[in-house]
Amino acid sequence: MDDLIQEFIAETRETLEALSGEIVAWEAHPEDRARLDAIFRFVHTVKGSCGFLDLPRLGRLSHAAEDVLAQVREGTRAADRPLVNAVLAVVDRIGELVEAIESGASLPDHGDELLIAALAEGAEEIAQTNLPGLHRAPARSVRLGVDLLDRMMSGMSDMVLARNELSRRLRGGDIDPTIEAALERLSLTVGEMRDTVTRTRMQKIDALFSALPRMVRDTAAGLGKSVLLHVEGSDVELDREMIEMMRDPLVHIIRNAIDHGIERPIERRAAGKRENGRLVVSARQSGNQIIIEITDDGRGIDTDKLIRKLVANGRDEAKLRGLSERAKLDLVFEPGLTSKDEVSEVSGRGVGMDIVRASIEQIGGRVDLDSQPGKGLRLAIHVPLTLSIISAIVVGAGGQRFAISRQAIEEIVTDHADAIRIDTIGGAQVLSVRGRRMPLLNLCEVLQIPRAAHDGPRMISIVNIGEGSYALAADMVLDNEELVIKPASPAVMSTGVYAGQTLPDSGLPMLLLDCAGIAHVAGLNFSRDEEQVEDEEDAVEAEAGIPALLFEDLDGVRRAVPLAAVDRVEQVEGSSVRFAAGRHRVTIDGRILPLAAQGKIEGRERLNVLRLKDGVNEVSYAIDEALDIITLPEELVPAREPGPIAGVALIDDEQVELLDILWVFDEHADREAVDAAPLCLIAGDRDGWMASFVRPLLETAGYRVVTQLPQGELPAVVLSTEAAPAELADKAPLVRLRSRRAAAGAGDDSVYRYDRAGLLSALEARMAGKGR
Amino acid sequence: MTHLYLIAQVAGRAVAIDSDQVESVVDIGEVTQVPLASKHVRGLAALRSRVVTVVDTHSALGLDSASQARRAVITHVEGHHYALLVDALDDVAPFDLLPLAGGVALDTAWQRAGRGIVERDGEPILAIDLAALVPGYSAALN
Repeated sequence: MDDLIQEFIAETRETLEALSGEIVAWEAHPEDRARLDAIFRFVHTVKGSCGFLDLPRLGRLSHAAEDVLAQVREGTRAADRPLVNAVLAVVDRIGELVEAIESGASLPDHGDELLIAALAEGAEEIAQTNLPGLHRAPARSVRLGVDLLDRMMSGMSDMVLARNELSRRLRGGDIDPTIEAALERLSLTVGEMRDTVTRTRMQKIDALFSALPRMVRDTAAGLGKSVLLHVEGSDVELDREMIEMMRDPLVHIIRNAIDHGIERPIERRAAGKRENGRLVVSARQSGNQIIIEITDDGRGIDTDKLIRKLVANGRDEAKLRGLSERAKLDLVFEPGLTSKDEVSEVSGRGVGMDIVRASIEQIGGRVDLDSQPGKGLRLAIHVPLTLSIISAIVVGAGGQRFAISRQAIEEIVTDHADAIRIDTIGGAQVLSVRGRRMPLLNLCEVLQIPRAAHDGPRMISIVNIGEGSYALAADMVLDNEELVIKPASPAVMSTGVYAGQTLPDSGLPMLLLDCAGIAHVAGLNFSRDEEQVEDEEDAVEAEAGIPALLFEDLDGVRRAVPLAAVDRVEQVEGSSVRFAAGRHRVTIDGRILPLAAQGKIEGRERLNVLRLKDGVNEVSYAIDEALDIITLPEELVPAREPGPIAGVALIDDEQVELLDILWVFDEHADREAVDAAPLCLIAGDRDGWMASFVRPLLETAGYRVVTQLPQGELPAVVLSTEAAPAELADKAPLVRLRSRRAAAGAGDDSVYRYDRAGLLSALEARMAGKGR
Repeated sequence: MTHLYLIAQVAGRAVAIDSDQVESVVDIGEVTQVPLASKHVRGLAALRSRVVTVVDTHSALGLDSASQARRAVITHVEGHHYALLVDALDDVAPFDLLPLAGGVALDTAWQRAGRGIVERDGEPILAIDLAALVPGYSAALN
């Protein structure tokens, strides 16, 4: 019986560990059937075992939870928050009871009934309780010196190499099948051994990350906040020693981020953010370092507050104020500092960031802060890479082999593939693949080694280095291997293009390429991309952002113009601008275009000119310099009177005037062209359907389309929905669109709205009718 | 003070190497090139399960590196193993380290590595510090 109980305990504990992530995921997506099933299976198994092993308390709890989950599975109850909390509490209690059984401790059972009651429909949400006095029985383990493990590992590698050598020698001659079988068996054992031995030293960083979802959830719930956690790069394998050392600092940093960084939902809404805070924890390898980044979108670090705190602790204010912005941020690492006013349950127990930094520095790492007040904090922990196992792609270049971390590779294409295209722009090679354009580097050229004589297609890896992507061409892709990476000597690392060295089974050392370092050595600069990416993200978030071109105008003012209106930006000679026939005109591409400007055009040798197009007309606008592409905020303060400026927008805390495209066209476009086009007024277009669908059709057909009648003009024809405003009918010919396919009767002269040809001919006929 | 020294041939000259700095003497197998590294780095070689950085001793001493030497002295500097190529190994024997005679001016690279002299049968041999020949490390010293 005891054996059975031991087995039950071990199994339950194992399942619980695996389940903790599932439960949180289920809470985020209650409709996720797979997770619900996993949790259901767990309580069901526990219930089953309890009946057999005579554990009535556990049986009662699991039975109650099973009933409720069964209802959810049938769809008779929804997995709302109280229910999830109640189930979680039961699962927790099951874990506590199992530990208690194992350690032989007794657990007061008064809470059980409460937990079961909380499962009932409409029950109060339960407060999460932690029972004191309970300690997890430690898993069986022994402590070993890292030295010993290292010796074991290098002994193992020697063994693998000896095996390879042996099998190479044996392969040469005629060998006895029995020897071959023995060697085969040896090979297999050695292979398995190596994996085991490697695991003694290495661990996936997932071991560090797997506990985070639950921790984040509980911490956030305790503070009345809601936080979405996103974990990246949990496949990176690290030295166990490192993982153990990182655990406490990481937990502390994350708690800090949730407690101090991410605001309450109300404050977030007021600040125009999503109610759910976002927390991203990622691990990646870069050069000879592992970088763990913790990014939140909270309020960032308030350096003013920090300084006030320190001054209150008796520090010299003037000195602190005089520090650089970076140094001010670093004040967060000052001992005895909690940047929150009240000490909360979660963090701020006197353990400050100073301890975090000290423990990271102890393992030779460092902490970088990047705070954007109001927008969030990015904290990067850099730890040196002593040893890591990574999954790598082996490429051949110039007769040599190099490894590239698979994590960095987005995809691999050949230069013969149809979907790609390689151009040379200004001496640099550029690869286009499915609408993306990126710099192309040739590994041989970067490393200054001769290309191998090799006729086949080159293999191009698209690598992502965090701030951007680029393509790296190698002669061939050879293999896909798990490699044990060790740091290389300073003489090798100082080249800046290697991340470490490894000894594959071939017995010939191989270098791991540092993709970020290669980009750096090759002089790639992704800072522009970064801005663009940020813009894109903003655009997704704001959904209403219009891209615009920011430029320096001739009068020195910064202005913006919607990007859609700009056909292109061109540089022209000052001499091609003439004041002719009452206005400035510029000659571009053998055409004369009206030139608008605000400021002095004369006396410049060269001019930058925006070519603005609205489909029919083209107007040029002289500027000093195009600066950047930005996203216009939704809010725009309109100008007080019509003129060249439509309004003012706030861009990066700077007031930027927005050029009024309509005004520019109205004022500067050549009249003749405009007047020739008959004016079509779209009326009664409540849902905007006509403006978006019919307008392009009309414009291509040579009409000028407006939805509001310009002052003093009469429409040549009015296009309206069925409910036409009566007052327009006698001023201009009217064409009505109907949404039904069939006409209402013989007297119905409306046009079905998808009938293009019918619409155009009706417009023409009606206008001609007016002429008669 | 008498100490054990290795007497090796580098570029036709005999040098003495403190045996405390020497882990082993081996013949290097195939060497993996390290593109972009300084010319003092011949490449990487495997020594059983260990990867060592092979240092072209000739080049590190500012001499032409025409040698095809395969024999190397393995040393351990700051957590990394290096194999310093030598043309030949003559002897291992205890010697007394003597200061360099006043006024003897060595070539720059030799000067950086030189620690003194030992006398073998009346012939003075320059005692060198291997760590000073390790690229990267020696750069840090200067």
